[in-house]
Amino acid sequence: MKQSRFFPWIGFIFGAIYFLVPLIATFEFSLRMQRGTYSFKAYQVVLADPGFQASFSYSALIALLTIIVGIALVVPTAYLVQLKLPKLRPVVEFMTLLPLVVPAIVIVFGYLRMYNSSSWLPLTGSARSTDLLLVFAYVTLSLPYMYRSVDTALRTVDIRTLTEAAQSLGSSWPRILIQVILPNIRVGVLSGAFLTFAIVIGEFTIASLLNRPAFGPYMQLIGANRAYEPAALAVIAFAITWACMGLIQLVASFSPGQKR
Amino acid sequence: MSITALPATAARERRITWSWLGILPFILFSLMFLLLPAANLIVGAFQDASGNFTLQNIVNLGQPSIIRSYTLSLQISAASALGGVLIGFALALATILGGLPRWVRPTLMTFSGVASQFAGVPLAFAFLATLGRTGLVTALLFSIFDINIYRGGFNLLSFWGLTITYLYFQIPLMVLVVSPALDGLKREWREAAAILGATGWQYWTMIALPILWPSLLGAFLLLFANAFGAIATAYALTGSSFNIVTILLYAQIRGDALHDPNLGYALALGMIVITGVSNGAYIWLASRSARWIR
Amino acid sequence: MAFLSIERITKTFGATTTVKGVDLAVERGEFVTLLGPSGCGKTTILRMVAGFETPSSGTIRIDGKDVTDLKPHQRKIGMVFQAYALFPNMTVADNIAFGLKVARKNGAEIASRVKEMLELIKLPQVAERYPYQLSGGQQQRVALARALAIKPQILLLDEPLSALDAKIRVSLRDEIRAVQRQLGITTIFVTHDQEEALSMSDRVCVMSEGRIEQLGTPFEIYNYPKTRFVASFVGTLNILSGRVSDGAEGRIVVDGQEIVTSRGLNGASTGDALAVALRPEALSIGRANGSSNNLEGTIDEVHFLGSVVRIRVRFKESAVSLDTFNRPNAAPPERGQPITVNFGREDILVLEGAPN
Ligand SMILES: Nc1ncnc2c1ncn2[C@@H]1O[C@H](COP(=O)(O)OP(=O)(O)OP(=O)(O)O)[C@@H](O)[C@H]1O
Ligand SMILES: [Mg+2]
Repeated sequence: MKQSRFFPWIGFIFGAIYFLVPLIATFEFSLRMQRGTYSFKAYQVVLADPGFQASFSYSALIALLTIIVGIALVVPTAYLVQLKLPKLRPVVEFMTLLPLVVPAIVIVFGYLRMYNSSSWLPLTGSARSTDLLLVFAYVTLSLPYMYRSVDTALRTVDIRTLTEAAQSLGSSWPRILIQVILPNIRVGVLSGAFLTFAIVIGEFTIASLLNRPAFGPYMQLIGANRAYEPAALAVIAFAITWACMGLIQLVASFSPGQKR
Repeated sequence: MSITALPATAARERRITWSWLGILPFILFSLMFLLLPAANLIVGAFQDASGNFTLQNIVNLGQPSIIRSYTLSLQISAASALGGVLIGFALALATILGGLPRWVRPTLMTFSGVASQFAGVPLAFAFLATLGRTGLVTALLFSIFDINIYRGGFNLLSFWGLTITYLYFQIPLMVLVVSPALDGLKREWREAAAILGATGWQYWTMIALPILWPSLLGAFLLLFANAFGAIATAYALTGSSFNIVTILLYAQIRGDALHDPNLGYALALGMIVITGVSNGAYIWLASRSARWIR
Repeated sequence: MAFLSIERITKTFGATTTVKGVDLAVERGEFVTLLGPSGCGKTTILRMVAGFETPSSGTIRIDGKDVTDLKPHQRKIGMVFQAYALFPNMTVADNIAFGLKVARKNGAEIASRVKEMLELIKLPQVAERYPYQLSGGQQQRVALARALAIKPQILLLDEPLSALDAKIRVSLRDEIRAVQRQLGITTIFVTHDQEEALSMSDRVCVMSEGRIEQLGTPFEIYNYPKTRFVASFVGTLNILSGRVSDGAEGRIVVDGQEIVTSRGLNGASTGDALAVALRPEALSIGRANGSSNNLEGTIDEVHFLGSVVRIRVRFKESAVSLDTFNRPNAAPPERGQPITVNFGREDILVLEGAPN
């Protein structure tokens, strides 16, 4: 059936404008630091700021730890649910979707009440243990994305056959998971990892309430006190998000399933 | 037969136990860092400062400033969710069913993936640079059309300002969520309807929308919760002066703005109840409206 | 004047031409099947008749009226799709009633028509069920009822049975044919299953690469295939390549041995390459005297199929298959054994077109 493409084009162009204009405006704004001329001064200032470097590397490290803990938690669970305990699927899926429903600020408020320095498990007592709590909070936050990526990846490989083959060769459970299953779902795992990185790197609420020197609170601080640096930071943050998404697509295009 | 069957059963049972052991970390984790903290707040909401049972905190939620902040939060969440659903749906429709060239769809999807995650503090900066007092669009509107939107009453730190800002991630999120559902509409349904004499309108109202309805409802709820729990963008735009419930709660946690910690728990309880009830409503509505999906 | 007439239609998608000048005239009440391999353009033709695609050139007439540019619903056509295209959000009754509802028929009329249709497809008990509660065969019968409820002039079926399992496929094809006869509705049926085509149709239209290869009754198509393509696609014909040694007398040399056809070789000159076909049931083992043809070869393969033994006999280049009955008290033929097969002069079918 013939149909007019006029309205679809209008819609698409409208969408493109809506999304591109703020980016262009932000970029333009970030170049205005030197009066009368466009320059990358704001970027130089931001990148040279020790506060930026410290908070960014702190957040990057936390993101990395979050990814490791997240994978260690999600992969065995998703694997076992799919292979051995399908009855638990609704429960586990509900749990992994909960962080989309319960606001992050409520969760961290709960932590502050439950793990305060006078509680049975005083995680907020020292800086290191608060870092740990921050990692756990971020694992919770990224649970929906990590679980979905891993679960989808597990569905596309025949884990039962792989497992039985490995078992018949005498592999132990941890070895099966690490040496057989993980390589076969690496695309899903990596997608989840990059998505987690994108979410965690600039997170504000939890880091701020736990009083950690992370990138999100740093950005907020700059925003409250400076004029042009925030725009530069926004462009940098957007570029990081874009890079993470680009990496997901890149990894997906190298997936073994598509090449073979 | 029973003699040979016995060890086999025992072995299977042992394996099941091992499997349970394997997901124990996950269960422990979700208990400790998801369920119990939330439960803890709920309990706290019904306690006074010395730990006795009370309903006073709930009653105290009724003070006008708190009611106002809940109302504003609900309005912004509902408006940005509704706008996101409608616009995102239209955009997904245009690119998936509109017969546009092949490159359009992957472009939109990649972009939506990025934009839906582009929230929080940087988003506030971007919109300040766009629609703030010295923002590019504000300036262009003034110099080209001679429209001063701030003189006209616009403010980025308002219901409308925040709603427009939130739409920046709500629309792409909707595109991502609804695309699989649109792919699920079979061409044959459309053609069968057409050959039976249905107009395009009839096809949409009698077939496509009823089929999509649960997905749309679910998407609306996801977007609603997404906006309802958001704080970073608003906080970076305004500091603690903007009266939405997350900012109120944030201020309460940081500096005890309400001078009553247990009222903070009640505030959190209110948020849990709102997202919980809306999700319950979704499950109920979806199961009623989609009896035909098993 | 045929009821449905398709006149020299072509369809081009971008750079490829999928349908290349097809002519087809279907009489009122006739059941015509389009048969051909995947991708030969069957669905495209059907979709042009239905109005989902516009022909690049050519005309489609229904009952004398040019419908080429009409919208699908203006053509009064019913269609059944390959995948179950029932509306999943409606009950069976609502599915069947859909066409009547959008035509704003009154409630009583709709109800009685739905009942009538459910009885026609012998499923009166499923009216209130949803499609997911039906088996594949039941879904296709409901799809048939939905298409017929609006009393279309023409019924189009695009491989309606191919998603079903073998047993249901056979019973449902008889049922579709019975319904078609009962209503006397002009029908085009698409399939790539030759058994389906031969068993159901008044006429079969064999297609290849966007063209009609042969149009005829199942009897004609099976017994007298005109081209090598039809011969190989329909049935299990043996095809031999040869050269004309005497056109006037119908003499052909196959792998160095001469055979004679009683039908003559009109217009063929000596040395022309050509292909002939032999039905397996026309072949017998042993040397025959008189005017029969004999070919000497060796047994290439023996398949024991129970009551029948299928033997493959190789000459030099060509080979033929033939069936003999199993005889418990005689030793079965063995591979490598020399053998002679014979067949009548009138059994040779000369195929059109150059052999490949
Ligand atoms: N909308 C379209 N755009 C481009 N090419 C098309 C389109 N529709 C069909 N084709 C091409 O036309 C050719 C014939 O398609 P058609 O569906 O008519 O085949 P068919 O005989 O029905 O095959 P099958 O038995 O597989 O259903 C195919 O090569 C197909 O790729
Ligand atoms: Mg087809």
